[in-house]
Amino acid sequence: MNVLLEAVGINKSFGGVQALRDVSLTIRQGEIYGLIGPNGAGKTTFFNVLTGLYAADGGGFSFDGQPLDIAAPHLVAAAGIARTFQNIRLFANMTALENVMVGRHLKSRAGVIGAVLKNAGTRSEEAAIERRAVELLHYVGIADHANALARHLSYGDQRRLEIARALAMEPKLLALDEPAAGMNATETGALRLLIEGLKNDGLTVLLIEHDVKLVMGLCDRVVVLDYGEKIAEDVPEKVRRDPKVIEAYLGGAVA
Amino acid sequence: MDTFLQQIFNGLTLGSIYALVALGYTMVYGIMGLVNFAHGEVVMIGALTALAVIKPLAAAGLPGPLAVLGGIAVAIPVAMLLGFCIERIAYRPLRNAPRLAPLITAIGVSIVLQQLAMIIWGRNYHSFPPLMPATVREFGGAQITDLQIIIVIVAGAMMVGLLLLVNVTRLGRAMRATAENPQIAGLMGVDANRIISLTFVIGSALAAVAGVMVAANYGIAHYNMGFILGLKAFTAAVLGGIGNLAGAMLGGILLGIIESLGAGYIGDLTGGFMGSDYQDVFAFFVLIVVLIFRPSGLMGEKVSERA
Repeated sequence: MNVLLEAVGINKSFGGVQALRDVSLTIRQGEIYGLIGPNGAGKTTFFNVLTGLYAADGGGFSFDGQPLDIAAPHLVAAAGIARTFQNIRLFANMTALENVMVGRHLKSRAGVIGAVLKNAGTRSEEAAIERRAVELLHYVGIADHANALARHLSYGDQRRLEIARALAMEPKLLALDEPAAGMNATETGALRLLIEGLKNDGLTVLLIEHDVKLVMGLCDRVVVLDYGEKIAEDVPEKVRRDPKVIEAYLGGAVA
Repeated sequence: MDTFLQQIFNGLTLGSIYALVALGYTMVYGIMGLVNFAHGEVVMIGALTALAVIKPLAAAGLPGPLAVLGGIAVAIPVAMLLGFCIERIAYRPLRNAPRLAPLITAIGVSIVLQQLAMIIWGRNYHSFPPLMPATVREFGGAQITDLQIIIVIVAGAMMVGLLLLVNVTRLGRAMRATAENPQIAGLMGVDANRIISLTFVIGSALAAVAGVMVAANYGIAHYNMGFILGLKAFTAAVLGGIGNLAGAMLGGILLGIIESLGAGYIGDLTGGFMGSDYQDVFAFFVLIVVLIFRPSGLMGEKVSERA
């Protein structure tokens, strides 16, 4: 299988704390790749470096055969990476529909002139953006709330909206940061079906998740971080039995 | 009664101009949390640039309104370029600096532009030739000129246009998204720097038109005109709730009307002790009262929620 994303020797420290230490990993085209580890292991830091929110201290990425420029978030987005957030980051004062429409930014072109003239091309593009956004709201199951402000949606719906907004970008890689956090069993089940559906549609998914059952059941391969270091990378069945992983999760007593 | 109506008309004219300038303050504040104190100077440069074009055009025998249109057509791109350069040179390098740094820089830019204008156009007051139709119409005992009507209509049209741009276009969505969170907007592929430049350019275009309106309305333009006007427009933006477009419009119109009514009645109220030159007192007094009871301004709920 083709490699989609390759991280080589990523380092990131905050003051004296080494949040990521020489992390290298490889994500293949079309797989669901899990990123797990105890609290504070550096999972979200890895996401933030990958998406240009934090500057890496060392190392680099290649994406889809090209070096990935992570100097600014919009460059990462343009390369084809979309993400969601552990603590939801929607545009709270915009409607659900508008949030998804912002996600179409890169897939549309209308500029100042189009906005002023409102010519036929601009109008049809705007209509297409809205049509696609509505489809995506249907896809994640919150089309009923299209015109509600994002901040008025329920927690679970906000998570779905973040996924819809990320999908609107038509990314090559979708990075989900703890999408099941705070969800009940029914919602998690629905989320699982959603992610499996994305995989069947050919999308590559990078998944940070605390819910070990969800990760083990869903992911093709899993990487485990502990104190900023990679301690395992393999298929779930092997990772589950890895003594280093068991030690990281349960403490030294077992080992 | 006729004084009242007269001052309402005058206030509406003045208020439309304040609103156009206030929009520039509020857009920049909404997107990057910066009070761009140099914005008043963009108004001034717009007015003086337009005047520099209008005078020779009028001297060449072009009909008045056409000459004014020609002046505006040059002043708008000049102001847009100026706004773009101000952001690029003075504010962008300070994007991640503490909040006070760009604020002080803004004051510096304001002084530099004033001095620059003084060098180019001198310290003199330049009279704005009476080129616009000054036909006086009577409404219920009050008088209103065609120029005033034109100012209100043009300002109104520009405000509607801006609201449409911000609320129903791709760029407007990107602007609102950037205002809420530039990093997350970035992750959607929105280049925050481009959106910020765009915001300055749009605000400056409105400022140029407002500058020509002020100069035409008072018949005068000079290098120092942007200072008090900018301060008033900033007051209007705060009054309406800074960061909120509709708030800036409401604040501008309200401030204009309050000021005009104040100027019209202050002599009677104080038995002639204070004249209409105390009109500014009314404007700032109202601002203080509003801020005591609504610290986030009249329409500023969203800002307070975000803070």
